[in-house]
Amino acid sequence: MEDTLLIDAVERFVKGEMSSQEKIYFEELRKNNPELDQAVVEQLFFLNELDNYGTAKNFRHTLHEVEAKLTDEGFLLKATPVVGKAKVIQLWQKYKRTIAVAASIAGLVSIFIASLVSAVSSNVEPNIKPLVEKLNDQADKTRQLENKVNQLEASTTVLPVAKPILVSKFRATGFLIDVGNNYIVTNAHVVFEAKNHLIIENNKGDQFTAKAVYVNKLNDIAILKVTDSNFKKLPPLPYSIKKASAELGEQVFILGYPKAEIVYGEGYVSAKNGYQMDTIYCQLTTTANEGNSGSPVITKNGDLVGIITSTELNADGVVFAIKPANIFRAVDEVKKIKEFENIRIGSGGGLKGVDRVNQIRKMQDYVFMIKGN
Amino acid sequence: MNTSEQEHLLLEGLAKEDKSAIEQIYREHYNMVKSLVINNSGTADDAADIFQEAMIVLFEKAKSPEFELHCLLKTFIYSICRRLWLKRLQQQNRFVTQSEGLEETIPVEEELETHEKKQNDFSIMENAMSKIGEPCKSLLEAYYIQKKQMQEIATHFGYTNADNAKTQKYKCLVRLKKLFFAQYKNVE
Repeated sequence: MEDTLLIDAVERFVKGEMSSQEKIYFEELRKNNPELDQAVVEQLFFLNELDNYGTAKNFRHTLHEVEAKLTDEGFLLKATPVVGKAKVIQLWQKYKRTIAVAASIAGLVSIFIASLVSAVSSNVEPNIKPLVEKLNDQADKTRQLENKVNQLEASTTVLPVAKPILVSKFRATGFLIDVGNNYIVTNAHVVFEAKNHLIIENNKGDQFTAKAVYVNKLNDIAILKVTDSNFKKLPPLPYSIKKASAELGEQVFILGYPKAEIVYGEGYVSAKNGYQMDTIYCQLTTTANEGNSGSPVITKNGDLVGIITSTELNADGVVFAIKPANIFRAVDEVKKIKEFENIRIGSGGGLKGVDRVNQIRKMQDYVFMIKGN
Repeated sequence: MNTSEQEHLLLEGLAKEDKSAIEQIYREHYNMVKSLVINNSGTADDAADIFQEAMIVLFEKAKSPEFELHCLLKTFIYSICRRLWLKRLQQQNRFVTQSEGLEETIPVEEELETHEKKQNDFSIMENAMSKIGEPCKSLLEAYYIQKKQMQEIATHFGYTNADNAKTQKYKCLVRLKKLFFAQYKNVE
């Protein structure tokens, strides 16, 4: 009980709540009683520590809010606190330069190269394990800290409840195939990344909500519908989607979001079939990185001839793209769903005979970043 | 307004935990730190970690009344992040190929020493807090961190009056103090 009396006295002393008479008495007590004085000093020190702790904690909370906002915008790249998959992705990011291969998110998810990933990661794991642990640990701590603060805030009526923040867990690419009804094509494995929310972002940074209406794991193709009422309809497609596949040796270019802005890449069709003669895909020689999944592959005449999906790990610049006929198959399936039977693959034009800079200019509004968590 | 006046305002905002100030510092300087870390065998995630820590150092500095920045904010942040990152590489026994950037640096050993001490105190307090259990933890956080009034706390935690809540709070504080000093003195 004496302890609490002391604390009370010290606290009132610090806050200046003591009357001048009481203060004199208190000072007198301290002077004549070294033990008490010691206890007061200790208490003052402790209160100061507690105050520092409070300040630091509040600041960290604010800092995390700003970080979450910037992460959401794609300005900051920060690991999400997911064990398991995130771990693999980090391993991958860490070693992608060393292995000198590029991969879309597909690279990790695609069944056919999963074995390669595990072979690579088991080789390098001992070297970088500490880093991975640390990051997860920290991310986890951050999350717990935030949860705690949010709970506290939520449990009181006075403070406003923290707004839910959409922290995007991945980034990929998709493109419009129907401007009348706003349907977008991307990879199935991209949609699987979105456990809760799915949004699309145009090259101006405007975000719109979308939902998956069709997902085919086998062909790795997915169709999204933009559900946001703020989404403005675009003029007809600049590219035309062909049923026929591209010819061997044909020059192509791709547009996608391997980073927070749209990125242009060039290449050529290097084989008519994909990995291990998979006929759903064709093979390109180009550069594609994580985030390129779902990027359109366009010929010089403006024909869409593929969707970037994955890359081979042990070969340089070998990229696989889904053949365009699969888009038609997917659309036929979507048509069977009553709610979405209005879907039409737009026919476009206007890229033929135009120089590359203007082709890109015309196209970039139709290629979207796919994000979500 | 010249650069130093602008940066002065920015730091004042930071000391007040102003979100837009924090955001502006991120936007202006994060990319520099990101390339520093990535060019020295780190990842973007490492960069975000390092920058976060640097923001805490900067905040601690900005809050102290005698603080004055004698160089560009950019130089200060760069120097702090560079030291923090080199230190982390050393801790991991990683091979350090120190690429000397063209950026100007200033000595920041003192700042980092203070920061480390504060960081240490912070984790001891955090640890003590995690051990005292409920309702002590929430009670103390409401009073000392969220700085709520005793009356409000009494209502929220269901104490009949503010005095009861106060007594409970003192009891909790005594326990927290014990836990804190048990570890604090161990470390000293």
